[in-house]
Amino acid sequence: MTASRLTDGGLIDRQTPLTFRWEGKSLQGFKGDTLASALLANGESIVARSFKYHRPRGVMSAGVEEAGAFGTIGEGGRTDPNVALTTVELHDGLVARGQNAWPNVRWDIGAVLGMFGRFFSAGFYYKTFMGIPPFESGRGTGVWMQYEKLIRRSAGMGTIARLPDPDRYEHGNLHCDVLVVGSGVAGASAAIAAAEAGLDVVLVEQDFSVGGELLSRGDVKGRSKLQSLRKSIEAAGVRVMLRTTAFGLYESGVVGLLEQFPYSSGMLPRQKLWTLRSQHVILATGAIERPLAFGNNDRPGVMSASAGRTYLNRYAVLPGRSVVVATNNGSGYQTAFDLSAAGASVTIIDSRPAGDRELSDIARGRNIDVQAGTAPLNVVGRRRVEAIEIAGRAGNAWAKKSTITANSLLVSGGWSPVVHLQSHRGGRPVWNDQHQCFLPQADVEGITIVGSAAGHWSYAGCEASGLAAGEGVVRKLKGELVRFDLPAASEPKTPVDPLFIIESTHPKKSFVDPINDVTIADVRLANQEGFISVEHLKRYTTLGMGNDQGKTGNVLGLAVMAAARGIDVPNVGTTRFRPPYTSISLGAIAGELTGTHFKPIRRTPMHDWHVSRGAKFIDAGLWHRTWYYPRNNETLADTYVREAGTVRAKVGMCDVTSLGKIAVQGPDSGAFLDRVYTNAMAKLAVGKTRYGIMLRDDGIVMDDGTCWRVSEDEFLVTTTTTNAGKVMTFLEELLQVRWPDLKVHVTSVTDQWAGFSLAGPLSRETLKACLADPDLLNTENCPFMAFLDAKLASGVPCRIARISFSGELAYEVYVPSNFGAHLAEVLSREVDARGGCQYGLEALGTLRIEKGHVTGAELDGRTTLEDAGLAGMASKKKPFIGSALRNRPELLKQDRARLVGIFPKDRKARFNAGSILCSPNKVSGFGAGWITAVTYSPALGHWIGLGYITGGKSEWVGKAAVAADPVRDGLTDVEIVSPHMFDAEGVRMNG
Amino acid sequence: MLRINCPFCGSRDHIEFAYGGDGSISYPALDASPEEWTKAVFERENIAGRQSETWQHLYGCRMWLRVERDTVTHEIFSVAPAHPGMGTHEDSQ
Repeated sequence: MTASRLTDGGLIDRQTPLTFRWEGKSLQGFKGDTLASALLANGESIVARSFKYHRPRGVMSAGVEEAGAFGTIGEGGRTDPNVALTTVELHDGLVARGQNAWPNVRWDIGAVLGMFGRFFSAGFYYKTFMGIPPFESGRGTGVWMQYEKLIRRSAGMGTIARLPDPDRYEHGNLHCDVLVVGSGVAGASAAIAAAEAGLDVVLVEQDFSVGGELLSRGDVKGRSKLQSLRKSIEAAGVRVMLRTTAFGLYESGVVGLLEQFPYSSGMLPRQKLWTLRSQHVILATGAIERPLAFGNNDRPGVMSASAGRTYLNRYAVLPGRSVVVATNNGSGYQTAFDLSAAGASVTIIDSRPAGDRELSDIARGRNIDVQAGTAPLNVVGRRRVEAIEIAGRAGNAWAKKSTITANSLLVSGGWSPVVHLQSHRGGRPVWNDQHQCFLPQADVEGITIVGSAAGHWSYAGCEASGLAAGEGVVRKLKGELVRFDLPAASEPKTPVDPLFIIESTHPKKSFVDPINDVTIADVRLANQEGFISVEHLKRYTTLGMGNDQGKTGNVLGLAVMAAARGIDVPNVGTTRFRPPYTSISLGAIAGELTGTHFKPIRRTPMHDWHVSRGAKFIDAGLWHRTWYYPRNNETLADTYVREAGTVRAKVGMCDVTSLGKIAVQGPDSGAFLDRVYTNAMAKLAVGKTRYGIMLRDDGIVMDDGTCWRVSEDEFLVTTTTTNAGKVMTFLEELLQVRWPDLKVHVTSVTDQWAGFSLAGPLSRETLKACLADPDLLNTENCPFMAFLDAKLASGVPCRIARISFSGELAYEVYVPSNFGAHLAEVLSREVDARGGCQYGLEALGTLRIEKGHVTGAELDGRTTLEDAGLAGMASKKKPFIGSALRNRPELLKQDRARLVGIFPKDRKARFNAGSILCSPNKVSGFGAGWITAVTYSPALGHWIGLGYITGGKSEWVGKAAVAADPVRDGLTDVEIVSPHMFDAEGVRMNG
Repeated sequence: MLRINCPFCGSRDHIEFAYGGDGSISYPALDASPEEWTKAVFERENIAGRQSETWQHLYGCRMWLRVERDTVTHEIFSVAPAHPGMGTHEDSQ
């Protein structure tokens, strides 16, 4: 006989039966059930198999501290492994199964491992399989890697679905005055008091019902208190969030919340991750009942005493007909009373020699047998509890005394306040001998702990501490007081027995942390082998590293270690808790930021027009830039060669909208830019542009671009696409932090202008054909590096600069962003009419590599002006940012890698970007340089590259070099040439 | 997560801000010696405790701020505009 459902009582809705599937079987539960309570009600005692030994496991708790009943929920892409069944709200159609078992959890082949259990102690696998001579001699961990695969398969938890998750997850933001975590009487009282005083209060409850411990009470008084609390919460205007876990506390009153949504038709997200900002946090997180360590304390049918009471009173599930309640404190008695009232035959075994007179009298009055000074020694029964061997005290040890036939063993080994959240903020709980637990200290500003989480064990105590906190926080937030004190935790009515381990001379397997199959023998082994620090203990045995993060097992583990070392529990130490309190899914962390929402996309105003021209796009920072425009079945390579060739022969147009554009305005603009650019800008004539370079403070090149003088006190500065933000921030820093005396204002105008580069020998006549006044482009009006304002034939205003990145006669044409698509239409009509083309970033790359123009690949944050062959850009007449540190001796060394062009020795050969440049007789290490960019050059008719090599071109004249790419193509003989590989004199550009 | 009280915008999550650097540095003149610049650019105290920092409200008003922060507890003691002549909303109240 196992657990069974009672015909009445509980907080379940018998009018709403729910059908669910467990291990393929169709079972029934009710609304208000958890999966665990529904399984117990259906007599399913074995619901899981343990991690290492495949031991049968049943339900051990009624909450997030569950250490036994883990299963896999859902199917297909919704598969959710390693879920504590005690936390799953039952819904119609729920599908769940056991895990780490084959063929199923009731009959598991893997259980044979349990018979060899004595071999599988802590560290067994590592000791046995790692570095076994002779197999692994000189082979590193190679053989272990093979064993590991097999071992991992047999030891473990559930399996994730390798399918996309079809559900939606969201992120949200919340603000409130006070956050209360936990809706038991303490939390509810605090929330009501604060909200009634007019504060904005959020109350989060991880359960799907408000009430905390009140939900587990079956008496009339308890039920009416539950009702009145719920009414007051609503009347006070407390914002209640059910199914919501405060998983982490952070600085500045920020709290991470995970809200689960009830099963629905798919309109709601599955989970929502909230970031809540509060003025004050009240933790009413309750306490968790600890197990005791005795033989076979993990058998299905052994659970915590409070869980037994919860299953009885909340879910109307009787854990067994004949029940033994084992306790070392006063709290187990109420469970016994309730079970007895429900018709079970109950025996209380109280480890305290004197027992508890008051409660014992009540028990005897109800025909409950109380055996003081006794404790459970061993559980009889392999698949479920069949009998309990009871031990009595024999001096300092325990000796078997009797055996009681029972099918349920409910254990109370004392209580551990849930101090995790305060610990996230650095709170250090202190061991209290009287309470036999770690009690939190009021040592973190902005956090108040109330109720049993603060060591209040009575209803009245919890209520009083909650009220005091609610009232105190009201006065604090009104500014009436800086801090407030709460009533101190009262002493337990009868002392808690400091009992953790019950064993005789022939101990059976006794679990400290059932999730990871950590036994007291493992903890002792850790001690024996010197892993005595609590952090070493944890890592050596995996104690507290399972799904529950040691909610029940940690203190027990510490106690075992303390006993082994002959010291007190607090001297072993305690590990610090870190977020999350309970596990959160990766889906919730990602939220909506998946797929195309992973990062924002910036498109130019001409994007759709490019699409209509068949453009392919490539990411440049957040921008989607045009990559190439394939025609017919052209490949990328075919396309860029054609596009670059067309530009050199005729004319091409390329979207350059994404270049950063910064308006620099104010009377000191010239002086400012003189300090920022390496070259002089203050004397630039109005209507002229100049190529300019900015260094960092340390003398390394930061960015390059052009600078246009719009008027005496206004400039337009362009940056590269990827550095636009960095440059803007740097200019703002200079003006606000370093040089606040300068009268200059900078404004990003990147989004205000849409532009095309028009390049090629026919670019002038092409652009002329688009303008209202074509004569503006005559050389005398618009020489190289001039710019002017004009109008398109349609009357749309535009700004034209004669600047060139491609080395051709070229213009950049900008219009207000709204006219971007119009500009594309106007230009393309004339470009197409002349046999020109649209070109993308790939062809742009070809053109600039041919010219030896540098981009981010060359200016990679390590290069000096000299390295990039741009030493002439440094003014000798004025200081500028970086001018002091660019002269550091190391940066002036002649053998630094310098920018060079690279030709394949055999002009038919090709080589790759990323190759290392070496001397043919020294192909090793870092080589002598590297290749930053390669392309096929249509102008030269072979592959070319740019790169850096020690000493630069002059060092390598007449010397052989190889491009080493050992992983891909091996070695290619190359020739080091000037980076200006095409039209070095600039005849085409200046023409 | 830190909350930084921007003097122009109010209390905001720190993800709206970008850390600048050590706020105690006074940069030398541009024509100062490489030694002085080396000191300003490379030599930093690694403070466990109260530290002056610069932050920019990057995804807000874009103003540069001086922040006094404890690097151990993350407590923020003060936030002020980095620009000494900059009035704030709070000043005008």
